[in-house]
Amino acid sequence: MTKVPNPEFEADCIRRILAGEKHLFHELIRPCERAIYFLLLSILHNQADAEDAAQETAIKVFRNLNLFRGDSQFKTWVLSIARNEGLGRLRKLDRLREDSLDALTDGDSGDFTPAVLTSWREVPAEELEKQELAALIREAIDNLPDIYRNVVLLRDIEEMDVCQSAAALGITEGSVKVRLHRARALLQRKLAHKLKSFAPKRGLLGWGR
Amino acid sequence: MRVDCKHVWEHISAYIDGDVDAALRADIDKHLETCEICSAVLDSTRNVVVLVADGRVFELPAGFSHRLHERLEAELQSRET
Repeated sequence: MTKVPNPEFEADCIRRILAGEKHLFHELIRPCERAIYFLLLSILHNQADAEDAAQETAIKVFRNLNLFRGDSQFKTWVLSIARNEGLGRLRKLDRLREDSLDALTDGDSGDFTPAVLTSWREVPAEELEKQELAALIREAIDNLPDIYRNVVLLRDIEEMDVCQSAAALGITEGSVKVRLHRARALLQRKLAHKLKSFAPKRGLLGWGR
Repeated sequence: MRVDCKHVWEHISAYIDGDVDAALRADIDKHLETCEICSAVLDSTRNVVVLVADGRVFELPAGFSHRLHERLEAELQSRET
């Protein structure tokens, strides 16, 4: 799902776009558009706003392409522009909640113990064909506090590494790890018991249940 | 050193990402051999991470990419001169 960034392709593309081959921008931005949209959806909580902000982000990236220094990955730079776009819109709407603030520290408050189980039967990914399961997981992610959801989105959904995620979100690598750990614990606690019914049934040979 | 369950839970995410040092990994592995609770917590967390990462959970709205590139094209054209 996630497209592997290709720094050489990107650098070449950027040079040519700045030299006048503007149409190449479509190909440059394409591998980033999914991450842009979902990061903005995570910040804005509204599909129409996220889509509009994603388009605005892409245009800003194009207009500011000459400012890209190449000392971070292109996608990281793009996502930091998306994040600023999203937070800027929240500020305008005066909806910037406390838990969206970057300054929020990763204190010890909160309970991040997992759901305690004594056995686990694997739920195969194919089960996601069932809308009900996909919806359960979406809902659990939607209900995470913003600072945890953003990290899950970049690390686990967009498969960006710790360093890239930290740069895109403007936080330390340590914070990325702490938040990801907590987010996964919260998701496991929320989902573990509900997921059980999606595991394949045992018992064909008379064992299990 | 004998690690307890709480200690394992604190490192589950790092363990899944292969981000624990060899000594801690060995301690956790040893604990997992005899602790069915931690094994189930680890397996369920890993399972959740895999499901969350699946592209079927979050899909772009229909026509998103088309609309994005259409608006971009308008921007590119307007800057052509």
